[in-house]
Amino acid sequence: MQEITGLMVKRAKELLEAGEVQRVIGWTTGDFCYDVTPAVFTKAEDLEEGKFVYNSFCGSNLSKYLIQTLRNDINAVNTAKAMAARKGENPDDIPGPGKTLVFLKPCDTYSFNQLLTEHRIDKSLVYVIGVACRGMADIEKIKLMGASGITKVIDAGDKLEVKTIYGDKSFDKKDVLLEKCACCKGKEHKYADEVIDPEPLPEGEGKGPMDRMAGVTMLEEMTAEERYAFWNDQLSRCIKCYACRNACPACTCMKCVFDNPRSGVDSKANVTEFEEKMYHIIRAFHVAGRCTDCGECSRVCPQGIPLHLLNRKFIKDINEFYGDYQAGEAEGQRAPLVNFDAENDVEPSIVNEKGGN
Amino acid sequence: MQRIGVFVCWCGSNIAATVDVDRVVEAVKTDPNVVHAENYQYMCSEAGQKLIRDAITEHQLTGIVVCSCSPRMHEQTFRKTAEAAGLNQYMVEIANIREQCSWIHKDKDEGTEKAIILARAAIAKVCLNAPLQPGQSKVVKRALIIGGGIAGIQSAIDIADAGYKVDIVERTPTIGGKMAQLDKTFPTLDCASCIVTPKMVECAQHPNITIYAYSEVEEVKGFVGNFNVKIRKKARYVDETKCTGCAVCTEKCPSRKGRNEFNCGLDTRGAVYIPFAQAIPNVATIDATNCLHFKTGKCGICAKNCSANAIDFEQKDEIFEEQYGAIVVATGYQISDVTKFDEYQYTKHPDVVTSLELERLMNAAGPSKGVLVKPSDGKHPHDIVFIQCVGSRDISGRGKCYCSKICCMYTAKHAMLIREKYPDVNVHVFYIDVRTPGKNFDEFYRRAVEQYNVDYIKGMVGKVYENEKGGLTVQAVDLISNERVMLDTDMVVLAAAIEPSDGVKHIASMLTASIDTNNFLTEAHPKLRPVESPTAGVFLSGVCQGPKDIPETVSQAGAAAVKVVGLLAKDYLVTNPCTAHTDETMCNGCSSCERVCPYGAISYIDKEVMDKGVREVRRIAQVNGALCQGCGACTVACPSGAMDLKGFSNKQIMAEVDAICK
Amino acid sequence: MQVNENSKEFKPLIVAFCCNWCSYAGADLAGTSRLSYPADVKIIRVPCSCRVNPMFILKAFEKGADGVIMCGCHPGDCHYTTGNYYARRRMTLLFSMLDYLGVDKERVRVEWVSAAEGQRFAMVMNDFAKKITELGENVKLGDIRCKK
Repeated sequence: MQEITGLMVKRAKELLEAGEVQRVIGWTTGDFCYDVTPAVFTKAEDLEEGKFVYNSFCGSNLSKYLIQTLRNDINAVNTAKAMAARKGENPDDIPGPGKTLVFLKPCDTYSFNQLLTEHRIDKSLVYVIGVACRGMADIEKIKLMGASGITKVIDAGDKLEVKTIYGDKSFDKKDVLLEKCACCKGKEHKYADEVIDPEPLPEGEGKGPMDRMAGVTMLEEMTAEERYAFWNDQLSRCIKCYACRNACPACTCMKCVFDNPRSGVDSKANVTEFEEKMYHIIRAFHVAGRCTDCGECSRVCPQGIPLHLLNRKFIKDINEFYGDYQAGEAEGQRAPLVNFDAENDVEPSIVNEKGGN
Repeated sequence: MQRIGVFVCWCGSNIAATVDVDRVVEAVKTDPNVVHAENYQYMCSEAGQKLIRDAITEHQLTGIVVCSCSPRMHEQTFRKTAEAAGLNQYMVEIANIREQCSWIHKDKDEGTEKAIILARAAIAKVCLNAPLQPGQSKVVKRALIIGGGIAGIQSAIDIADAGYKVDIVERTPTIGGKMAQLDKTFPTLDCASCIVTPKMVECAQHPNITIYAYSEVEEVKGFVGNFNVKIRKKARYVDETKCTGCAVCTEKCPSRKGRNEFNCGLDTRGAVYIPFAQAIPNVATIDATNCLHFKTGKCGICAKNCSANAIDFEQKDEIFEEQYGAIVVATGYQISDVTKFDEYQYTKHPDVVTSLELERLMNAAGPSKGVLVKPSDGKHPHDIVFIQCVGSRDISGRGKCYCSKICCMYTAKHAMLIREKYPDVNVHVFYIDVRTPGKNFDEFYRRAVEQYNVDYIKGMVGKVYENEKGGLTVQAVDLISNERVMLDTDMVVLAAAIEPSDGVKHIASMLTASIDTNNFLTEAHPKLRPVESPTAGVFLSGVCQGPKDIPETVSQAGAAAVKVVGLLAKDYLVTNPCTAHTDETMCNGCSSCERVCPYGAISYIDKEVMDKGVREVRRIAQVNGALCQGCGACTVACPSGAMDLKGFSNKQIMAEVDAICK
Repeated sequence: MQVNENSKEFKPLIVAFCCNWCSYAGADLAGTSRLSYPADVKIIRVPCSCRVNPMFILKAFEKGADGVIMCGCHPGDCHYTTGNYYARRRMTLLFSMLDYLGVDKERVRVEWVSAAEGQRFAMVMNDFAKKITELGENVKLGDIRCKK
């Protein structure tokens, strides 16, 4: 990790200094080493190690952050042009927004492609550096496994060395992976202008150890009563903080229906249980066929609700009913819900026929 | 706050018998938006409409709800009423308390309760209605007729005579259809050819009619007033502009294995052929599957003998595009498959024929030159049995559930003609019922029985089999005497059911015209709009809509033509304003809507948008109101709800849901 | 849900979304032919089955519906050519999700009814209403809905 971070910083600095890119979207660390958040860097000197980080807690998917960053930059340029015009200067003298460098892990590139498909970002304004990823850690799991008062976490190959105020601990990385990393789709970048991967894995290797659909299958095999109890239990914990929506790279609406008083489904924190469920069903439905299964929703949920199980149900159904489909596999795909097969599509009654419990 | 008026119609006793209209009025008055409510015997009557107009003025209504019959019936009526009183016509909602309430429920309490709920739903919706202004779209003054049988021919001539351009697309090499194959027509017994061929010629010579024979409709896009149609002109391998129809090639052609479709396959024809002497256009066609040139690369005798140099083996299918304002479907019928009824030996014995085959056997231009002979040995038959309803009125699932309507009459005609020409031939007819309503029809049938002594036997035939003499034995039960009947006969004629032509399903789906379970095209209203399809700009002519005889077909063809003329006479059409539209501040530019739009009505532009004080350029969906037909597919594809449908907005539908589920 | 005061017999509340061109016309034909089906069924007219947003269906359940049925033209016969194909996919996925959440899957249904199928319309509604009556009050969705 140390090595790759160095390479990333070096490359970002080069591109910034050469004027190839105007800003860099990466990760920075907060008060705790595991408290990593996305950040925009505009100066080479800000890219010092320590400020710019790439460690086992860089789970967040930066592709979504491109939308707002690019919008802000374009708006700033347009405002400057308008000001110039008002002052009688030539607006064409105002430089354009330039490119934005973004670091994307393999799974993040699916989201990037999906955003390209949906015209949410302009790829001519982006420079993508694909960075190698060997799975990101879930701090909650580490804490659950007994580490508290964490001061530092050091990546050491397959291990994480955790320094705490009560002494040092060591964890096998595979035991503390984020859910999404345990079911990793693969280590191949689906889009990148260049890739930084000092020790590339052999082709096809690096997929997560867990079956992605195991959770969904398990639920499907339960009785309806059990499923109902399961989801009631899970979703009743929802506090409607909208973190899942805000982190989701498919949820990029200018105005979400749940914030829109004209939509008829808007709601605030104080809601009925039905509204909680409705929110999650509708959200999953809105991203059905567009969800790349990046797992951000579950990762960011402060209540630990396994939201990915909703999205994966749709993914599983889509694959079973309409053929295998991976959103974000490539730019320009036609999502299953804006598509049909007149002859072969199943009837909705299949839900009854499937003989679920 | 809206000022809504509610008008509850009794529809005589149609509604009032099952719905307590007074209670409905009282109940809706409690709605805070309702400022006026009343009931009346017939709201659609002039007096009823005046009531509405007066109330709109008196109470300054901003919207009205009429609780009456289906909106499919009188929505237009009440919209006009509102308009006349100065209220925008889209501020009208109908609560369907007849078809979907009073007519299906018997209990008055139940009916009344439901009527109140339906009224409340309509009130909830109308409160959210917005005044809409219909737009305009230009009308292309040209009509397309699909099918060149008597229905298509008549429609074409009538439209052309009114001064509009008409194109006929016919998939076979000639127009004329089934009527050209018939011998005589009932009940006048005039010769079918003698009356249809002049019409065919008239088509060919009419300055406003263009015939595309041996052509098929490939694709239909657009909408009423402006259809964009792709037509495939199939390769005839004969240059139509050069061929003189001299028919030398057809005589010289060494391949004689082609099934002669015109004679129902009773004889064969050359690979290059003209279906019949009076064919229009009178040009030859090469059937590539039988042509030796296409099979072996040799031959070419036709080309050598053609003095006009019209043979062109290199010819390719040609696809061209044309715009039309209206389309008439006149695809006609075909004889249904009788092989499913093989107890009648149709596939096994050549002397078991269908009525259409008999028609050819009796026709002077037919395979036997009009002399009635048995197909098996060419000998004169002495006894003929007709079996009615083969595949019609069938409840076994093998055939059609409907009555094919024409069989009783043509069988009487056949029987009569045979008895007239060959008095020595005994004719028996096995029937379920003899149905002869129509001008001079029953008289005609009675003549067959009384004057020509045709032996009508009520009863269905159980089976037909070949007897030891090589003839046929018909086994049946006479339902009147209740006796088993065993009849030795020489020929059996099956009155096979007629069904819509097999291409009609494809055509209907291209036109988005609906078809019923028997593949007949559905009319916009079974009684009041019998020649219009529910799809605007698509009209129905002939048997494609339902079984009918020639006079009925011709009158329907004329009616369809009048509808077309009425449409083409307009320069502009009023377009449906219930179209999709985008809220620019909410649109993400994601293209989901564009992908599901069947009309290509959605495009994207980069547009400056002012949102929350920020001015920025965004990729925004734009709906072309002239192309949008208002299906609403885009509104559900749009995750943000930026795309909404006027007249059926998200809020309106949810308000209805709320009102119903209260 | 409505409770009939006299008999306390369970009367389900059923919302039927019908497309204007086929199913709504089919319902009209059922009416014209005097083919009865329970008054519990309340029809909402939409231009096409593809206009039916899953939100409408959930909203109906939220407000107390015991069953929701969506009717459209038969696949291939859509007045707008392709609308019901999209509707078919949307509803298949939505229904599967409701089942996944443990909701009675019989409470939602899609039926294709043409304008000529008045008889079928009545049959479908009778059948659906019977099924919903058998299932009884929508307890599961009822538990999670606003009960006031």
